[in-house]
Amino acid sequence: MILEGVLDTLGALSLLGGTVFLALGGLGLVRMPDVYNRIQAGTKATTLGTLLVLLGAALIVPSWSIKLLLIMLFLMFTNPLSSQVLARAAHRAGVPPVASKDCLAEDAEDLA
Amino acid sequence: MADLLFTLAALVAALAFALAAWRFVKGPRATDRVVAFDALTIISVTGIVLAALITGRSIYLDVALIYALLSFLGVIVAARYLEGGEE
Amino acid sequence: MSDTGTSTQTGLKTGPIAPPLRRLATRLFATLLLFWLMLNGSISPATLFTGVIVAGAIAVFFARDLSFLSGFNLTPEGIGAAFLFIGYFLKELVKANLALATLVLTPSLPISPAIVKVRTRLTDPVGRLLLANAITLTPGTLTCEIRGDHLYVHWVTARDTELDAATAEIVAEFERYLEKMYG
Repeated sequence: MILEGVLDTLGALSLLGGTVFLALGGLGLVRMPDVYNRIQAGTKATTLGTLLVLLGAALIVPSWSIKLLLIMLFLMFTNPLSSQVLARAAHRAGVPPVASKDCLAEDAEDLA
Repeated sequence: MADLLFTLAALVAALAFALAAWRFVKGPRATDRVVAFDALTIISVTGIVLAALITGRSIYLDVALIYALLSFLGVIVAARYLEGGEE
Repeated sequence: MSDTGTSTQTGLKTGPIAPPLRRLATRLFATLLLFWLMLNGSISPATLFTGVIVAGAIAVFFARDLSFLSGFNLTPEGIGAAFLFIGYFLKELVKANLALATLVLTPSLPISPAIVKVRTRLTDPVGRLLLANAITLTPGTLTCEIRGDHLYVHWVTARDTELDAATAEIVAEFERYLEKMYG
């Protein structure tokens, strides 16, 4: 009984922490100056945020943990992947980065 | 205590959703919108898991998994389309 | 390294199949079956039966095309490196988020972004994918493009835009583990 209560509280805390990271990611999306920095803020915060929420859910309802683990693994793989594909698409579409140096644009001619 | 934290978590998730939605509406480029959309879908997955917890029904976890899969594919397709060039 | 065993019941025994392909099929079969069982959350006879039939069929027909697991070094050393990799990765993920949180919450937004070029020694495609993903989720870096042996990385707080220094800072630590996993 006591253990259950401890797990519940820990789970709820993990849940809350996860959503705080999600909100920080949202704030990053709003504040960052260009699409690349926005992707950075978006992808990191949402990945950790979602992982913490799923972890919290697994602590509250232990019988769901296998399926939640599957969702975690899936997100850990696909989330950075979609960000990379978006960053690449932005660069190929010619969205200029706010950057002091852009090696990719410098190398673009001899790579074409 | 746990219930209070729970409600608070749902509210903070709603705030995250609102912030990402602001970027989605504001743009200014198509890529910004897709980035915001990507974040929105992941926040939605969190929302679906919260719904599963509130209702106590595990079927929502399958919904969350399929939702994550489809949104990933959607973002990939949108990105491939954007690679063709904009403006 | 002939890790057959389960593959025999998938019908791979018939016909002369080259060992590498058979190994690919075995790994694919094991992975698919594991995911199926995790998705169902049970090992009832009906679930197990369906899983074995479908995973077996996919493994037999698509082993050549779905060979994303082929490069993994399935030895105690490789598996140990995988666990260390995951641990290091999770630590970096938390660090990345704390750094990002302070950055976003600072009113002046102190960023100095640049797209830098780094080099990788990894040759296995899945190893490279994991490296790119790991870079994307660690402090301030985002992989934009892979061309040949070079990755182009967007760095929010770029300290050094020179190739070797950036490689040492961004890639080296992950590569140490990944080389053992996909060596």
